[in-house]
Amino acid sequence: MNINFRNETFRDDYTFRNSPETIRRFPFPFHEDKYMYSVNMEPHVPAGPAGHAYNNPIDVDEHYVAEMRDRALVLKEDPLRYQALPHMMAAQWDTLELLMESQAAAYPEHFSLTKDGDRWHWVNRPLGIDQTFTFGDASTLPMEPLEFITRQAQGDFCIVDQRDGNLWMDAGMVTTQADWSLDFDVGMNFFEWHGPVPLAHEIGVFERALKFLLNLQQGKPVRRLNWTMTINPRLDTSPENYHKWGPDRATVTPENVGDKVHLRCELQSLWRLPRSNAILFVIRCYLIKMEELVTIPKWGRRFHRVLRDLPPELIDYKGLTRYRPATVEWLSKFDDGKPTTPGIYPD
Amino acid sequence: MLVAGIKSRPVYGGLSVDPNARRHLFALEGEGALALTEEAARSGADFLKNADILYVASGSRAADHDKALTALGADTFWLSPTVPVLLNRLNVMLGQAKMGTRLYVAVTEGFIGQAMQVALNHGIDHASIRCEHRGSAARRVQCVHCKGVTDNVTTSPYVCTHCGLSLLVRDHYSRRIGAFQGVNIDAEEPGTAPQPEELFP
Ligand code: HEM
Repeated sequence: MNINFRNETFRDDYTFRNSPETIRRFPFPFHEDKYMYSVNMEPHVPAGPAGHAYNNPIDVDEHYVAEMRDRALVLKEDPLRYQALPHMMAAQWDTLELLMESQAAAYPEHFSLTKDGDRWHWVNRPLGIDQTFTFGDASTLPMEPLEFITRQAQGDFCIVDQRDGNLWMDAGMVTTQADWSLDFDVGMNFFEWHGPVPLAHEIGVFERALKFLLNLQQGKPVRRLNWTMTINPRLDTSPENYHKWGPDRATVTPENVGDKVHLRCELQSLWRLPRSNAILFVIRCYLIKMEELVTIPKWGRRFHRVLRDLPPELIDYKGLTRYRPATVEWLSKFDDGKPTTPGIYPD
Repeated sequence: MLVAGIKSRPVYGGLSVDPNARRHLFALEGEGALALTEEAARSGADFLKNADILYVASGSRAADHDKALTALGADTFWLSPTVPVLLNRLNVMLGQAKMGTRLYVAVTEGFIGQAMQVALNHGIDHASIRCEHRGSAARRVQCVHCKGVTDNVTTSPYVCTHCGLSLLVRDHYSRRIGAFQGVNIDAEEPGTAPQPEELFP
């Protein structure tokens, strides 16, 4: 499948858009008309209609080149978005292998990987990268393996180390995050980095999720969907830059909701890594503006209901307070009150 | 944004002496001296012959706690003029520490955080360090924007001493940085920051 990579931006003039095909493949995060936190994990196996974001284990889409350009800009301004504690080197190589193999297998027109023992040859055509290196020898790459490969893969990446019956955030590449700081969270355990999340601790979500993850098996990745909202299609909604993007939240008016307000979905996948026994946590971010969302009638109806009835704690935590009323009002025009079909896919 | 009640906020279990430790290393600040003298009165002074005490008086110089500590008759007692000098010595001593050494830290949260950082860099498990927090609730806070750390923050919001943004102090705590998180409070409507409130006296 040949992807037409868009030339677009996620900052300043915000030229990011979804093509109609990309709208249909959006991983819409609501399987019913209401939302609350739960241990929503399922096997990460190919699923969905042809072309859906669930079709391949590591999804590449038309935004790939522009997203990688945006990541490079973020890293230039703030190198702390990439961190790896010294004991994570084996996990870095595990991650490089997983991402290279997955991308090359699913998109052979764009990526190729050939191996001659430990001598590997990686070609990334969209980004014009041709690299021969020795697997396991960091001196043969221009930078650490995790940084090298995550500058060439969409989504944020955390590698968590497993010890003492807990998971520890000991490495990551995080430039497209929904308001949390890798630099601050590095070294924390599962409960600590989830500390700021409301309600979920109290209803036992994190305890059960951790138990599940500690038993995650190699070759049996799992996925879950998480979501929030963003004003303008900005990938870098980091707390580091909150004073730069925060003012956008006050710019929403009834007239510009359709264009400015975006649903931000994270397709998260979790992979047990073979050599290090660490877990790779991939947080792939998809943005869709309200005008695009309502071109799928089921999604317009459903998102109106979800947003209207969202628990107050979640409204506050996700930072929706200022613009939720205008957005619910705008969406109400697309909700005729008809029942919706179960599941996340378009009708 | 969740501000209070965040699970990463540390809890300090108190300065009880570990009877199984072969060596006891105390890094104490200010009224932290009392945590040790009271524990010695409670548990008996036996452990003191295998104890090293590093002490900095900070704000409680007038109370002469160093005299009380000297009187304990520990194997070694060392009075430091400032916190950084103490941390430096702690770093050296941890580098030379033998198996079976137990580390104890008291008393302000900022000091505990910094001593803990030194220990973490020696690969010591944070859960093995016995800490006691008393007195001032002042916080060490890192500005999430410029990464500048400000010591002894007693109000929220406070003005970042490095970049000048007005910061809300959250309960979110990083052991690696040894600080709470400060986030710009009026980012969405610049100029609307409320008056600082004395939340951590
Ligand atoms: C090892 C894998 C994981 C990592 C590294 C991770 C990391 C994070 C981080 C950094 C946050 C933001 C917290 C903040 O506000 O500062 C977050 C939020 C959250 N996480 Fe996880 N997480 C992981 C797995 C899971 C799993 C398996 C669940 C399943 C229930 C989960 C549920 C949540 C929820 C419900 C939120 C709040 C999201 C929102 O409302 O926007 N996480 N996670």
